Amino acid sequence: MREEWNGFSGGIWEKEIDIRDFIQKNYTPYDGDDTFLADATERTKELWSQVMELTKQEREKGGVLDMDTRIISGITSHGPGYLDREKETIVGFQTDKPFKRSLQPYGGIRMAVKACDDNGYHVDSEIEEFFTKHRKTHNEGVFDAYTPEMRACRSSHIITGLPDAYGRGRIIGDYRRVALYGVDRLLEDKTSQKESTGAVMDEETIRQREELSEQIKALKELKELGRIYGYDISGPAKNVQEAIQWMYFAYLAAIKEQNGAAMSLGRTSTFIDIYAERDLKQGVFTESQIQEFVDHFIMKLRLVKFARTPEYNALFSGDPTWVTESIGGLGIDGRSMVTKMSFRYLHTLKNLGSAPEPNLTVLWSTRLPEHFKRFCARTSIESSSIQYENDDLMRVTHGDDYAIACCVSSMRVGKEMQFFGARANLAKCLLYAINGGVDEISKKQVGPKYRPITSEYLNYEEVMERFRDMMKWLARVYVNALNVIHYMHDKYCYERIQMALHDKNVTRWFATGIAGLSVVADSLSAIKYAKVKPVRDKEGVAVDYEVEGDYPKYGNDDDRVDEIAYKIVHDFMGYIKENHTYREGIPTTSILTITSNVVYGKATGSTPDGRKAGEAFAPGANPMHRRDSHGAVSSLSSVSKLSFMDAQDGISNTFSIIPGALGKEDTVFFGDIGFELEPDCACREPNIEDFGEAQYQSN
Amino acid sequence: MTRCDMAGERLIKENAGNLKAAYETADKKPEKIYEAEKHVNKSDRSQGRIHSIESFGTVDGPGIRLVVFFQGCPLRCRYCHNPDSWDVTAGTRMTVNEILTLYEKNKSFYRKGGITATGGEPLLQLEFLTQLFAEAKRRGIHTCLDTSGIVYRDDKKEDYVGLFNNLDLVLLDIKHSETKEHRELTGQKMEPVLAFARALEKARLPMIVRHVVVPGITDGEKHLKKLGRLLGTFTNLKGLEVLPYHTMGVKKYESMGMIYPLAGVPPMGADEAGKARNLILEGMREGRKRKKQEFSSESDFGFRNYKEKFGLFPTKMLY
Repeated sequence: MREEWNGFSGGIWEKEIDIRDFIQKNYTPYDGDDTFLADATERTKELWSQVMELTKQEREKGGVLDMDTRIISGITSHGPGYLDREKETIVGFQTDKPFKRSLQPYGGIRMAVKACDDNGYHVDSEIEEFFTKHRKTHNEGVFDAYTPEMRACRSSHIITGLPDAYGRGRIIGDYRRVALYGVDRLLEDKTSQKESTGAVMDEETIRQREELSEQIKALKELKELGRIYGYDISGPAKNVQEAIQWMYFAYLAAIKEQNGAAMSLGRTSTFIDIYAERDLKQGVFTESQIQEFVDHFIMKLRLVKFARTPEYNALFSGDPTWVTESIGGLGIDGRSMVTKMSFRYLHTLKNLGSAPEPNLTVLWSTRLPEHFKRFCARTSIESSSIQYENDDLMRVTHGDDYAIACCVSSMRVGKEMQFFGARANLAKCLLYAINGGVDEISKKQVGPKYRPITSEYLNYEEVMERFRDMMKWLARVYVNALNVIHYMHDKYCYERIQMALHDKNVTRWFATGIAGLSVVADSLSAIKYAKVKPVRDKEGVAVDYEVEGDYPKYGNDDDRVDEIAYKIVHDFMGYIKENHTYREGIPTTSILTITSNVVYGKATGSTPDGRKAGEAFAPGANPMHRRDSHGAVSSLSSVSKLSFMDAQDGISNTFSIIPGALGKEDTVFFGDIGFELEPDCACREPNIEDFGEAQYQSN
Repeated sequence: MTRCDMAGERLIKENAGNLKAAYETADKKPEKIYEAEKHVNKSDRSQGRIHSIESFGTVDGPGIRLVVFFQGCPLRCRYCHNPDSWDVTAGTRMTVNEILTLYEKNKSFYRKGGITATGGEPLLQLEFLTQLFAEAKRRGIHTCLDTSGIVYRDDKKEDYVGLFNNLDLVLLDIKHSETKEHRELTGQKMEPVLAFARALEKARLPMIVRHVVVPGITDGEKHLKKLGRLLGTFTNLKGLEVLPYHTMGVKKYESMGMIYPLAGVPPMGADEAGKARNLILEGMREGRKRKKQEFSSESDFGFRNYKEKFGLFPTKMLY
């Protein structure tokens, strides 16, 4: 066994790149409470106040403090950058200083130029010329191949948010591999992979050899990145500080190369805990030191920044980076995967204060240790910054070493990747079905010229039939547009370092998405159970709808409409699957517009449920605002009737609640006033565990 | 307290006119318990009159609960934020089975909770409530009743045996400790409330007392301490919940075209509510001490002394 691995239990992981095996053989489940946790050190506080000051300056400057306009970002493009070199225990920034956004033109030079222009900076004209004349970008490639129909769908917003002008993201490199094995071992592995490619030089083999070469180059650059900061990361990390640092370098390399829509971290806490446990046992570091490393690491993740346009930020309602870290869950052997490090990660919300990034995501199981559940609940209440997802549901298909990319997309780390696919606007699709493919806003013929519905009142059977046809058409255009996008992204903006931290043969999820589900479900319910009269303009296009009478609304645990919602998702997924997908991607869909529902709503005319033109959709699979009248459980039950198997890329239900409505404070019951009355044992705190069995993922 | 705002919305719209009338008449004639009961008893008692159902109740009893809002209430509390639940003739008719089906459908959520009956005033529909809770208990569901107790009368205590046998916890809303003010605040006498509390004590049913603190109405030190002294004598008291007055009901009154009786009264902060709670607790310690002394002097459970001291209840209410 290698010297750096002393104290670890051996296994297959020594011979093969197998992080899961290493974790399972070595981690220590922790079911104790949070009393062991250490506060922020003075150094941490000083660094954080420096960050706060810079954040203030950035805000005062209108959202961007500094931007690169000359240096094209790459793994080794910049010299070292620090907040305060003396105080930082984990180092590395995307550029040569914090808060300076890097220039990443490979996704599309126009987007990069615009991001600079909109923020008062100007990309060096030579660079602009180079990426316009001499080096093609992903964006240009896509538009070279798009059909007029795809363009029309794009501009009418029936397909929206496509990653055709920016980095697709959603890929999680197994950054832990660098810590456990060191870069040299990974290089060896990739080199032998390249040697074992097929002998016949068909397109697939050629592409694979080229990609493996790129991966090898990226790994070499990663080693160089370590050297820039004074570290030799060719060998395995020797202690917890190095493990975090090695891992962070790998992640840093990824965000230096890719400005992806979501650049998630993976599932690192339990892995890192193995090093922490060893160091604590051997007296290498104290708890306070270990917490400091974690605090500094998380601080770095909070400072991930990309150059983006105001439109992009409007689409995502903010400036999200989706540095998602998945915490906890159960192993398939039934042991909890909660470790002390799970607590330490969440504890940063106290030591550094709450923040939306990194997106700390607890993989929730009803069988997680009670102390951890309570700690999560308390930290949630104090910080409002934890995302919960249903491990009991996802473990079945993804095992126990999957992680979440973005908000809900689950994938096995290092073994599966995803082609991010934005969303199809099903509410608009329904309007196209009614109007025979004519856009209700632009009045252009965007969809196929099917017969429009001309009756005075809408008939459910007739609408459903047309809607199914229109969905079939939409699925075809949508999947084909995505095929173009991912082909070009692989070609012109390949994720070299992230794919270098994957196995040779990966499973590719071909993600699609749905927007406007509850609008469609309610609209169809209104057509079926009430009377809906279209209001047509002079050209005969239905532009508004009068609803006469009441109808069952999605979100009230009413099977009459929930069944419609289920069916739409099921059918649409079926139509998606009918199409050819690039690189044998396995089609999945998601229902998770958490923020862009506002933008989609703006681009969609009035709908038969009574929603007026321009009004926002509900986020994700949520019921429409104020239409769920039976409380959260009924609302969640409606959502949980959607099949996870139809929407394996995730179903989100955004659930906002005022703290007071989540139960009483502990001051209701006696025990605190010296009374002889017994504290009542019939009265227990509300327990979020009760959410565990419902089939949904929440945000 | 957003619990039934949404649920109530539909009903509000449907019944705005009726309810306005109901409020006006009710306001003039607050004593309509007998009439209310008569009305309820006239109809089919195998079905309840339900205002709305909240599937995710977390503030009315332990755990996550299915909260059933009964329609109809004889009280006209000036701070009531659910005036749409007053009218005894409104509501949706539901059977025991229909309600419990809603529970069973999602029972994994309610594992550590149960079912709560609130309102409105559930005791107005005693027979239906008893059927509901008996069936709930038969299915192993934790039952909790949120009530003002206003409907209770000792001469009808036999009617309550069935309910008490199937009850796990009572949330008792005590509106005021002074007879006169109680009447002014709610339009009803306070004696039945205390009689009900004693009946619960006798039945050894755990009780949590709820008290809404309204600035200028129920936040006086004298009243709060008195309430405390009174509560201190109850052996079945398990908790005290002091609810600061809020103004979330204002909109509902507006949408129903009603005049908000407490217009201009500011909402109460959590700090002040905490102070009020401490005053009640102080009173409770006193009451507890006194009761002990009375016990030791074997003075008829101390209640006679109580009557002399506070002049609160007629002897027939005591056991």
